Amino acid sequence: MPEPSTSSVTAVGAPPPPDTIIELRDLHKSFGANEVLKGVSLSIKKGTNAVIMGGSGSGKSVLLKHIVQLLRPDRGEVWVRGERMDLLEGDALDEMRLSIGYLFQSGALFDSMTVYENMDFILGRHTRLTPEERRARIEETLDWVNLRAKAPNYPAELSGGQKKRIGLARAIILEPQILLYDEPTTGLDPISVRLVSDLIVRLRDERGITGVAITHDLLCAEIITDEAFFLYQGRFIDRGTLEDLRHSEHPVLREFFGEGTETPPAGGTGKGR
Amino acid sequence: MERTGELALFTVTFFQRFWRPPYEGKELVNQMDEVGTKSFVLTAVTGFAIGIVLSMQTRGTLVRFGAEAILPSALALSVVKEIGPVLTSLVLAGRLGAGMGAEIGSMRVTEQIDALEVAALKPFHYLVITRVLACVLIFPVLTIWTDSLAMLGGYLESVLASGMDYRVFFNTAISALRFHDIIIDTMKTSIFGFIVAIVSCYLGYTVRGGTREVGQATMQAVVISSLLILLADVVLVRLSITFF
Repeated sequence: MPEPSTSSVTAVGAPPPPDTIIELRDLHKSFGANEVLKGVSLSIKKGTNAVIMGGSGSGKSVLLKHIVQLLRPDRGEVWVRGERMDLLEGDALDEMRLSIGYLFQSGALFDSMTVYENMDFILGRHTRLTPEERRARIEETLDWVNLRAKAPNYPAELSGGQKKRIGLARAIILEPQILLYDEPTTGLDPISVRLVSDLIVRLRDERGITGVAITHDLLCAEIITDEAFFLYQGRFIDRGTLEDLRHSEHPVLREFFGEGTETPPAGGTGKGR
Repeated sequence: MERTGELALFTVTFFQRFWRPPYEGKELVNQMDEVGTKSFVLTAVTGFAIGIVLSMQTRGTLVRFGAEAILPSALALSVVKEIGPVLTSLVLAGRLGAGMGAEIGSMRVTEQIDALEVAALKPFHYLVITRVLACVLIFPVLTIWTDSLAMLGGYLESVLASGMDYRVFFNTAISALRFHDIIIDTMKTSIFGFIVAIVSCYLGYTVRGGTREVGQATMQAVVISSLLILLADVVLVRLSITFF
Protein backbone atom coordinates (compact mmCIF):
# COMPACT_ATOMS: atom_id res chain seq x y z
CA MET A 1 0.00 0.00 0.00
CA PRO A 2 1.45 3.45 -0.87
CA GLU A 3 2.21 5.83 2.01
CA PRO A 4 -0.48 8.49 2.41
CA SER A 5 0.43 11.86 0.95
CA THR A 6 2.34 14.21 3.19
CA SER A 7 2.09 17.13 0.76
CA SER A 8 0.33 19.18 3.43
CA VAL A 9 3.59 19.24 5.44
CA THR A 10 5.75 22.30 4.77
CA ALA A 11 9.23 21.91 3.31
CA VAL A 12 12.06 21.19 5.70
CA GLY A 13 13.39 24.24 7.54
CA ALA A 14 10.54 26.63 6.72
CA PRO A 15 7.95 27.45 9.39
CA PRO A 16 4.48 26.11 8.70
CA PRO A 17 1.63 28.43 7.64
CA PRO A 18 -0.05 30.45 10.43
CA ASP A 19 -3.16 28.26 10.56
CA THR A 20 -1.04 25.16 11.23
CA ILE A 21 -0.39 24.97 14.95
CA ILE A 22 1.53 21.67 15.08
CA GLU A 23 3.67 20.11 12.39
CA LEU A 24 5.91 17.07 12.65
CA ARG A 25 8.33 16.45 9.79
CA ASP A 26 10.01 13.13 9.12
CA LEU A 27 10.38 12.19 12.78
CA HIS A 28 12.68 9.33 13.59
CA LYS A 29 13.10 7.98 17.11
CA SER A 30 14.85 4.88 18.37
CA PHE A 31 15.38 3.42 21.83
CA GLY A 32 18.53 1.37 21.54
CA ALA A 33 18.07 -0.97 18.61
CA ASN A 34 14.31 -0.50 18.56
CA GLU A 35 13.26 2.08 15.96
CA VAL A 36 9.86 3.29 17.14
CA LEU A 37 9.20 6.18 14.73
CA LYS A 38 10.38 5.70 11.16
CA GLY A 39 9.77 9.01 9.44
CA VAL A 40 6.44 10.33 10.73
CA SER A 41 4.97 13.55 9.37
CA LEU A 42 1.72 15.29 10.16
CA SER A 43 0.15 18.71 10.14
CA ILE A 44 -2.61 19.87 12.48
CA LYS A 45 -4.75 22.95 11.91
CA LYS A 46 -5.53 25.36 14.73
CA GLY A 47 -8.85 24.77 16.48
CA THR A 48 -9.24 21.14 15.43
CA ASN A 49 -9.09 17.79 17.18
CA ALA A 50 -6.64 15.34 15.68
CA VAL A 51 -6.72 11.71 16.70
CA ILE A 52 -3.80 9.34 16.36
CA MET A 53 -4.86 5.73 16.37
CA GLY A 54 -2.96 2.49 16.23
CA GLY A 55 -2.33 -0.73 18.03
CA SER A 56 -0.40 -1.12 21.26
CA GLY A 57 3.30 -0.49 20.78
CA SER A 58 2.85 1.38 17.50
CA GLY A 59 4.57 4.51 18.85
CA LYS A 60 1.57 6.74 19.62
CA SER A 61 2.72 7.87 23.09
CA VAL A 62 6.28 8.35 21.86
CA LEU A 63 4.99 10.60 19.08
CA LEU A 64 2.79 12.61 21.45
CA LYS A 65 5.66 13.25 23.86
CA HIS A 66 7.69 14.89 21.09
CA ILE A 67 5.12 17.68 20.83
CA VAL A 68 5.90 18.87 24.35
CA GLN A 69 9.59 17.86 24.29
CA LEU A 70 9.35 15.08 26.80
CA LEU A 71 11.30 13.33 24.04
CA ARG A 72 13.55 14.71 21.30
CA PRO A 73 13.72 13.13 17.86
CA ASP A 74 16.86 11.47 16.52
CA ARG A 75 16.01 13.10 13.18
CA GLY A 76 13.26 15.39 11.97
CA GLU A 77 11.54 18.59 13.04
CA VAL A 78 8.84 19.39 15.56
CA TRP A 79 7.06 22.69 14.94
CA VAL A 80 4.63 24.08 17.51
CA ARG A 81 3.07 27.54 17.15
CA GLY A 82 5.64 28.46 14.54
CA GLU A 83 8.66 27.48 16.68
CA ARG A 84 11.03 24.51 16.49
CA MET A 85 9.90 22.81 19.68
CA ASP A 86 12.65 20.19 19.52
CA LEU A 87 15.33 22.90 19.70
CA LEU A 88 13.91 25.07 22.48
CA GLU A 89 15.60 25.25 25.89
CA GLY A 90 15.36 27.14 29.15
CA ASP A 91 12.82 29.95 29.46
CA ALA A 92 11.72 29.65 25.83
CA LEU A 93 10.87 25.99 26.36
CA ASP A 94 9.01 26.76 29.59
CA GLU A 95 7.00 29.49 27.90
CA MET A 96 6.01 27.19 25.07
CA ARG A 97 5.09 24.41 27.48
CA LEU A 98 2.77 26.76 29.35
CA SER A 99 0.70 27.06 26.17
CA ILE A 100 0.32 23.28 26.03
CA GLY A 101 -1.74 21.20 28.43
CA TYR A 102 -1.19 17.46 28.77
CA LEU A 103 -3.70 14.94 30.04
CA PHE A 104 -1.77 11.85 31.07
CA GLN A 105 -3.29 8.41 30.80
CA SER A 106 -3.67 7.95 34.56
CA GLY A 107 -4.20 11.65 35.22
CA ALA A 108 -0.76 11.97 36.90
CA LEU A 109 -2.25 13.99 39.75
CA PHE A 110 0.24 14.87 42.49
CA ASP A 111 -0.86 12.39 45.11
CA SER A 112 0.57 14.22 48.11
CA MET A 113 -1.77 17.15 47.35
CA THR A 114 -5.53 17.58 47.33
CA VAL A 115 -7.35 18.32 44.10
CA TYR A 116 -7.42 22.01 45.05
CA GLU A 117 -3.68 22.02 45.84
CA ASN A 118 -2.90 20.25 42.56
CA MET A 119 -4.30 23.21 40.68
CA ASP A 120 -3.21 25.93 43.10
CA PHE A 121 0.37 24.61 42.88
CA ILE A 122 0.48 25.45 39.18
CA LEU A 123 -1.41 28.74 39.43
CA GLY A 124 0.73 29.94 42.31
CA ARG A 125 3.95 29.44 40.39
CA HIS A 126 2.90 30.73 36.98
CA THR A 127 0.52 33.60 37.67
CA ARG A 128 0.41 36.70 39.82
CA LEU A 129 -3.17 36.05 40.91
CA THR A 130 -4.10 36.71 44.51
CA PRO A 131 -5.23 33.74 46.62
CA GLU A 132 -8.85 34.85 46.17
CA GLU A 133 -8.43 35.08 42.40
CA ARG A 134 -6.77 31.67 42.30
CA ARG A 135 -9.66 30.22 44.30
CA ALA A 136 -12.17 31.70 41.86
CA ARG A 137 -10.26 30.33 38.84
CA ILE A 138 -9.94 26.87 40.41
CA GLU A 139 -13.62 26.71 41.31
CA GLU A 140 -14.63 27.86 37.84
CA THR A 141 -12.42 25.21 36.25
CA LEU A 142 -13.73 22.48 38.54
CA ASP A 143 -17.28 23.55 37.70
CA TRP A 144 -16.37 23.04 34.06
CA VAL A 145 -15.68 19.37 34.73
CA ASN A 146 -18.50 19.22 37.26
CA LEU A 147 -16.27 18.23 40.20
CA ARG A 148 -16.11 21.28 42.46
CA ALA A 149 -17.17 19.13 45.41
CA LYS A 150 -13.98 17.07 45.06
CA ALA A 151 -11.66 20.01 45.68
CA PRO A 152 -10.65 18.90 49.22
CA ASN A 153 -10.16 15.24 48.25
CA TYR A 154 -6.86 13.50 47.59
CA PRO A 155 -6.37 11.68 44.27
CA ALA A 156 -6.51 8.30 46.02
CA GLU A 157 -10.11 9.08 46.97
CA LEU A 158 -11.22 9.62 43.36
CA SER A 159 -12.57 7.17 40.80
CA GLY A 160 -10.75 6.62 37.50
CA GLY A 161 -13.14 8.87 35.60
CA GLN A 162 -12.88 11.59 38.23
CA LYS A 163 -9.08 11.48 38.07
CA LYS A 164 -9.22 11.98 34.30
CA ARG A 165 -11.60 14.93 34.64
CA ILE A 166 -9.51 16.51 37.40
CA GLY A 167 -6.43 15.87 35.27
CA LEU A 168 -8.18 17.67 32.44
CA ALA A 169 -9.12 20.54 34.75
CA ARG A 170 -5.49 20.86 35.83
CA ALA A 171 -4.36 20.75 32.19
CA ILE A 172 -6.59 23.70 31.26
CA ILE A 173 -6.03 25.83 34.38
CA LEU A 174 -3.51 28.02 32.57
CA GLU A 175 -5.78 28.34 29.51
CA PRO A 176 -3.51 26.61 26.99
CA GLN A 177 -3.84 26.81 23.23
CA ILE A 178 -3.10 23.13 22.71
CA LEU A 179 -4.14 20.06 24.67
CA LEU A 180 -2.52 16.67 24.34
CA TYR A 181 -4.58 13.68 25.47
CA ASP A 182 -2.88 10.38 26.18
CA GLU A 183 -5.58 7.69 26.03
CA PRO A 184 -8.17 10.01 27.60
CA THR A 185 -10.87 7.35 27.98
CA THR A 186 -8.94 4.12 28.54
CA GLY A 187 -10.37 2.14 31.40
CA LEU A 188 -13.56 4.17 31.69
CA ASP A 189 -17.15 2.99 31.48
CA PRO A 190 -19.18 4.11 28.42
CA ILE A 191 -20.90 6.93 30.33
CA SER A 192 -17.57 8.34 31.48
CA VAL A 193 -16.17 7.90 27.96
CA ARG A 194 -18.93 10.16 26.62
CA LEU A 195 -18.45 12.65 29.47
CA VAL A 196 -14.73 13.04 28.84
CA SER A 197 -15.14 13.01 25.04
CA ASP A 198 -17.81 15.71 25.23
CA LEU A 199 -15.48 17.83 27.36
CA ILE A 200 -12.78 17.52 24.71
CA VAL A 201 -15.25 18.72 22.06
CA ARG A 202 -16.41 21.60 24.27
CA LEU A 203 -12.81 22.70 24.78
CA ARG A 204 -12.41 22.92 21.03
CA ASP A 205 -15.74 24.64 20.41
CA GLU A 206 -15.91 27.01 23.40
CA ARG A 207 -12.24 27.81 23.96
CA GLY A 208 -10.74 27.15 20.51
CA ILE A 209 -8.25 24.69 21.94
CA THR A 210 -6.48 22.45 19.46
CA GLY A 211 -6.49 18.85 20.62
CA VAL A 212 -4.25 15.92 19.79
CA ALA A 213 -5.49 12.66 21.22
CA ILE A 214 -4.06 9.19 21.07
CA THR A 215 -6.66 6.53 21.53
CA HIS A 216 -7.88 3.21 20.38
CA ASP A 217 -11.32 3.82 21.87
CA LEU A 218 -13.61 4.03 18.84
CA LEU A 219 -16.48 5.63 20.76
CA CYS A 220 -14.22 8.46 21.89
CA ALA A 221 -12.76 8.78 18.40
CA GLU A 222 -16.22 9.05 16.87
CA ILE A 223 -17.13 11.91 19.18
CA ILE A 224 -13.98 14.03 19.01
CA THR A 225 -12.27 13.45 15.65
CA ASP A 226 -11.82 16.11 13.00
CA GLU A 227 -8.86 14.36 11.39
CA ALA A 228 -7.47 10.93 12.16
CA PHE A 229 -4.07 9.37 11.58
CA PHE A 230 -3.30 5.66 11.82
CA LEU A 231 0.13 4.69 13.08
CA TYR A 232 1.43 1.22 12.32
CA GLN A 233 4.97 0.02 13.00
CA GLY A 234 6.28 3.56 13.29
CA ARG A 235 4.68 5.01 10.16
CA PHE A 236 1.33 6.54 9.24
CA ILE A 237 -0.43 4.14 6.91
CA ASP A 238 -3.54 6.26 6.42
CA ARG A 239 -5.06 9.60 7.37
CA GLY A 240 -8.33 11.44 6.86
CA THR A 241 -11.68 11.56 8.60
CA LEU A 242 -12.65 8.65 10.81
CA GLU A 243 -14.96 7.42 8.07
CA ASP A 244 -12.06 7.49 5.60
CA LEU A 245 -10.06 5.26 7.92
CA ARG A 246 -13.02 3.02 8.60
CA HIS A 247 -13.45 2.41 4.86
CA SER A 248 -9.75 2.03 4.11
CA GLU A 249 -8.64 -0.91 2.02
CA HIS A 250 -5.48 -1.35 4.07
CA PRO A 251 -5.62 -4.82 5.70
CA VAL A 252 -4.36 -3.52 9.05
CA LEU A 253 -7.14 -0.95 9.17
CA ARG A 254 -9.75 -3.44 8.07
CA GLU A 255 -8.66 -5.69 10.95
CA PHE A 256 -8.58 -2.76 13.40
CA PHE A 257 -12.11 -1.65 12.61
CA GLY A 258 -13.48 -5.14 12.16
CA GLU A 259 -14.01 -6.99 8.91
CA GLY A 260 -17.21 -5.20 7.97
CA THR A 261 -17.18 -1.54 7.12
CA GLU A 262 -20.54 -0.70 8.70
CA THR A 263 -20.60 2.09 11.22
CA PRO A 264 -21.11 0.62 14.74
CA PRO A 265 -24.49 1.45 16.28
CA ALA A 266 -24.62 4.72 18.24
CA GLY A 267 -23.68 4.14 21.88
CA GLY A 268 -21.67 1.05 21.06
CA THR A 269 -18.13 0.96 22.30
CA GLY A 270 -16.68 -0.28 19.02
CA LYS A 271 -13.79 -2.69 19.02
CA GLY A 272 -10.89 -0.49 20.01
CA ARG A 273 -7.81 -2.66 20.10
CA MET B 1 29.52 0.94 34.95
CA GLU B 2 26.83 2.68 32.92
CA ARG B 3 24.79 3.37 36.04
CA THR B 4 27.88 4.70 37.83
CA GLY B 5 28.43 7.12 34.97
CA GLU B 6 24.78 8.17 35.06
CA LEU B 7 25.00 8.78 38.81
CA ALA B 8 28.07 10.91 38.27
CA LEU B 9 26.24 12.94 35.60
CA PHE B 10 23.24 13.28 37.92
CA THR B 11 25.56 14.63 40.61
CA VAL B 12 27.13 17.08 38.16
CA THR B 13 23.63 18.22 37.17
CA PHE B 14 22.90 18.90 40.83
CA PHE B 15 25.95 21.15 41.16
CA GLN B 16 25.08 22.93 37.91
CA ARG B 17 21.54 23.72 39.00
CA PHE B 18 21.33 23.99 42.79
CA TRP B 19 22.41 27.63 42.89
CA ARG B 20 20.02 28.71 40.10
CA PRO B 21 16.31 29.57 40.54
CA PRO B 22 13.67 28.45 41.34
CA TYR B 23 14.88 28.14 44.91
CA GLU B 24 11.88 26.27 46.31
CA GLY B 25 12.38 27.63 49.84
CA LYS B 26 9.04 26.41 51.12
CA GLU B 27 9.64 22.89 49.85
CA LEU B 28 13.16 22.94 51.33
CA VAL B 29 11.65 23.69 54.75
CA ASN B 30 9.13 20.86 54.24
CA GLN B 31 11.95 18.48 53.45
CA MET B 32 14.00 19.62 56.42
CA ASP B 33 10.99 18.84 58.57
CA GLU B 34 10.61 15.45 56.89
CA VAL B 35 14.31 14.63 57.32
CA GLY B 36 14.78 16.22 60.73
CA THR B 37 11.85 16.31 63.07
CA LYS B 38 10.47 13.00 61.84
CA SER B 39 13.81 11.31 62.53
CA PHE B 40 14.24 12.57 66.09
CA VAL B 41 12.76 9.54 67.82
CA LEU B 42 14.62 7.04 65.64
CA THR B 43 17.99 8.72 66.18
CA ALA B 44 17.29 9.29 69.87
CA VAL B 45 16.60 5.62 70.46
CA THR B 46 19.62 4.68 68.36
CA GLY B 47 21.91 7.01 70.27
CA PHE B 48 20.61 6.10 73.70
CA ALA B 49 20.87 2.38 73.07
CA ILE B 50 24.35 2.55 71.57
CA GLY B 51 25.54 4.69 74.48
CA ILE B 52 24.43 2.10 76.98
CA VAL B 53 25.89 -0.80 75.00
CA LEU B 54 29.22 0.95 74.37
CA SER B 55 29.51 1.87 78.00
CA MET B 56 28.85 -1.70 79.14
CA GLN B 57 31.28 -3.21 76.62
CA THR B 58 34.02 -0.64 77.21
CA ARG B 59 33.73 -0.89 80.99
CA GLY B 60 34.45 -4.61 80.89
CA THR B 61 37.67 -4.04 78.95
CA LEU B 62 38.87 -1.02 80.96
CA VAL B 63 38.29 -2.73 84.31
CA ARG B 64 40.82 -5.41 83.30
CA PHE B 65 43.49 -2.70 82.99
CA GLY B 66 42.36 -0.72 86.03
CA ALA B 67 41.38 2.16 83.78
CA GLU B 68 37.69 2.45 84.49
CA ALA B 69 38.09 6.15 85.25
CA ILE B 70 38.72 6.95 81.59
CA LEU B 71 35.45 5.39 80.48
CA PRO B 72 33.72 8.75 79.89
CA SER B 73 36.65 9.91 77.71
CA ALA B 74 36.70 6.69 75.73
CA LEU B 75 32.96 6.84 75.25
CA ALA B 76 33.00 10.49 74.17
CA LEU B 77 35.80 10.00 71.69
CA SER B 78 34.33 6.91 70.08
CA VAL B 79 30.79 8.32 69.94
CA VAL B 80 31.64 11.80 68.70
CA LYS B 81 34.43 10.87 66.30
CA GLU B 82 33.02 7.77 64.71
CA ILE B 83 30.12 5.77 66.10
CA GLY B 84 27.71 8.68 66.29
CA PRO B 85 28.26 10.06 62.79
CA VAL B 86 28.40 6.71 61.02
CA LEU B 87 25.58 5.04 62.89
CA THR B 88 23.31 8.05 62.59
CA SER B 89 23.96 8.24 58.86
CA LEU B 90 23.39 4.51 58.33
CA VAL B 91 20.13 4.61 60.25
CA LEU B 92 19.00 7.63 58.26
CA ALA B 93 20.10 5.94 55.03
CA GLY B 94 17.62 3.21 55.83
CA ARG B 95 14.76 5.54 56.64
CA LEU B 96 15.34 8.34 54.16
CA GLY B 97 16.94 6.34 51.38
CA ALA B 98 13.96 4.02 51.23
CA GLY B 99 11.50 6.88 51.57
CA MET B 100 13.03 9.08 48.88
CA GLY B 101 13.67 6.24 46.48
CA ALA B 102 10.11 4.96 46.84
CA GLU B 103 8.43 8.34 46.70
CA ILE B 104 10.30 9.67 43.69
CA GLY B 105 10.23 6.28 41.95
CA SER B 106 6.47 6.11 42.38
CA MET B 107 6.13 9.62 41.00
CA ARG B 108 8.19 8.58 37.98
CA VAL B 109 6.15 5.48 37.11
CA THR B 110 2.83 7.32 37.59
CA GLU B 111 4.07 10.15 35.27
CA GLN B 112 3.88 12.80 38.01
CA ILE B 113 7.44 13.88 37.20
CA ASP B 114 6.50 14.22 33.53
CA ALA B 115 3.46 16.25 34.65
CA LEU B 116 5.78 18.60 36.58
CA GLU B 117 8.03 18.84 33.53
CA VAL B 118 5.29 19.74 31.04
CA ALA B 119 3.86 22.28 33.48
CA ALA B 120 7.29 23.99 33.50
CA LEU B 121 7.69 23.29 37.23
CA LYS B 122 11.32 22.10 37.19
CA PRO B 123 11.01 18.71 38.88
CA PHE B 124 14.77 18.44 39.44
CA HIS B 125 14.67 21.55 41.63
CA TYR B 126 11.45 20.64 43.38
CA LEU B 127 12.24 16.99 44.11
CA VAL B 128 16.00 16.49 44.07
CA ILE B 129 17.70 19.73 45.08
CA THR B 130 15.40 20.29 48.06
CA ARG B 131 15.98 16.79 49.39
CA VAL B 132 19.74 16.90 48.94
CA LEU B 133 20.06 20.29 50.63
CA ALA B 134 17.77 19.19 53.46
CA CYS B 135 19.96 16.15 54.14
CA VAL B 136 23.19 18.15 53.93
CA LEU B 137 21.86 20.63 56.48
CA ILE B 138 20.07 18.27 58.85
CA PHE B 139 22.41 15.27 59.11
CA PRO B 140 24.91 17.15 61.36
CA VAL B 141 22.08 18.35 63.60
CA LEU B 142 20.75 14.83 64.01
CA THR B 143 24.28 13.56 64.62
CA ILE B 144 24.73 16.00 67.50
CA TRP B 145 21.37 14.86 68.85
CA THR B 146 22.36 11.19 68.57
CA ASP B 147 25.73 11.86 70.20
CA SER B 148 24.01 13.64 73.08
CA LEU B 149 21.60 10.78 73.68
CA ALA B 150 24.48 8.31 73.45
CA MET B 151 26.38 10.17 76.16
CA LEU B 152 23.23 10.27 78.26
CA GLY B 153 22.84 6.52 77.83
CA GLY B 154 26.46 6.00 78.75
CA TYR B 155 26.08 8.19 81.82
CA LEU B 156 23.01 6.27 83.01
CA GLU B 157 24.88 3.01 82.59
CA SER B 158 27.78 4.41 84.58
CA VAL B 159 25.46 5.53 87.37
CA LEU B 160 23.92 2.09 87.58
CA ALA B 161 27.22 0.24 87.30
CA SER B 162 29.46 2.34 89.51
CA GLY B 163 27.47 5.26 90.87
CA MET B 164 29.64 7.76 88.96
CA ASP B 165 28.86 11.40 89.71
CA TYR B 166 27.45 13.29 86.71
CA ARG B 167 30.00 16.08 87.06
CA VAL B 168 32.88 13.63 86.97
CA PHE B 169 31.36 11.82 83.99
CA PHE B 170 30.65 14.82 81.79
CA ASN B 171 33.78 16.82 82.74
CA THR B 172 35.93 13.82 81.92
CA ALA B 173 34.08 13.27 78.68
CA ILE B 174 34.24 16.87 77.51
CA SER B 175 37.87 17.34 78.44
CA ALA B 176 38.81 14.49 76.11
CA LEU B 177 37.30 16.21 73.09
CA ARG B 178 39.05 18.77 70.96
CA PHE B 179 37.20 21.40 68.97
CA HIS B 180 37.95 19.74 65.68
CA ASP B 181 36.70 16.35 66.95
CA ILE B 182 33.27 17.84 67.25
CA ILE B 183 33.30 20.05 64.18
CA ILE B 184 35.12 17.93 61.61
CA ASP B 185 33.68 14.58 62.56
CA THR B 186 30.17 15.97 62.83
CA MET B 187 30.37 17.95 59.63
CA LYS B 188 31.43 14.87 57.67
CA THR B 189 27.83 13.77 58.11
CA SER B 190 26.88 16.53 55.67
CA ILE B 191 28.78 14.53 53.08
CA PHE B 192 27.01 11.36 54.21
CA GLY B 193 23.69 13.18 53.91
CA PHE B 194 24.61 14.27 50.41
CA ILE B 195 25.41 10.68 49.50
CA VAL B 196 22.12 9.31 50.86
CA ALA B 197 20.02 11.94 49.11
CA ILE B 198 21.78 11.98 45.74
CA VAL B 199 21.86 8.17 45.44
CA SER B 200 18.23 7.75 46.51
CA CYS B 201 16.96 10.58 44.32
CA TYR B 202 18.95 9.30 41.32
CA LEU B 203 17.57 5.77 41.66
CA GLY B 204 13.99 7.00 42.08
CA TYR B 205 14.23 9.66 39.36
CA THR B 206 15.53 7.22 36.75
CA VAL B 207 13.37 4.20 37.52
CA ARG B 208 11.63 2.66 34.53
CA GLY B 209 8.87 0.12 34.73
CA GLY B 210 6.36 -0.54 37.49
CA THR B 211 6.05 -1.33 41.16
CA ARG B 212 8.66 -4.09 41.00
CA GLU B 213 11.27 -1.68 39.65
CA VAL B 214 10.31 0.91 42.29
CA GLY B 215 10.84 -1.72 44.98
CA GLN B 216 14.24 -2.59 43.54
CA ALA B 217 15.21 1.07 43.37
CA THR B 218 14.18 1.50 47.02
CA MET B 219 16.28 -1.44 48.15
CA GLN B 220 19.26 -0.32 46.07
CA ALA B 221 18.99 3.19 47.50
CA VAL B 222 19.50 1.85 51.02
CA VAL B 223 22.24 -0.64 50.15
CA ILE B 224 24.28 1.60 47.85
CA SER B 225 24.09 4.69 50.04
CA SER B 226 25.07 2.61 53.11
CA LEU B 227 28.08 1.16 51.31
CA LEU B 228 29.14 4.56 50.01
CA ILE B 229 28.87 6.04 53.52
CA LEU B 230 31.28 3.42 54.83
CA LEU B 231 33.70 3.93 51.94
CA ALA B 232 33.50 7.70 52.25
CA ASP B 233 34.18 7.41 55.97
CA VAL B 234 37.48 5.62 55.29
CA VAL B 235 38.56 8.42 52.97
CA LEU B 236 37.37 11.22 55.24
CA VAL B 237 39.00 9.77 58.35
CA ARG B 238 42.27 9.43 56.46
CA LEU B 239 42.03 13.05 55.28
CA SER B 240 41.08 14.22 58.76
CA ILE B 241 44.12 12.53 60.30
CA THR B 242 46.41 13.89 57.60
CA PHE B 243 45.28 17.50 57.70
CA PHE B 244 44.08 17.98 61.26
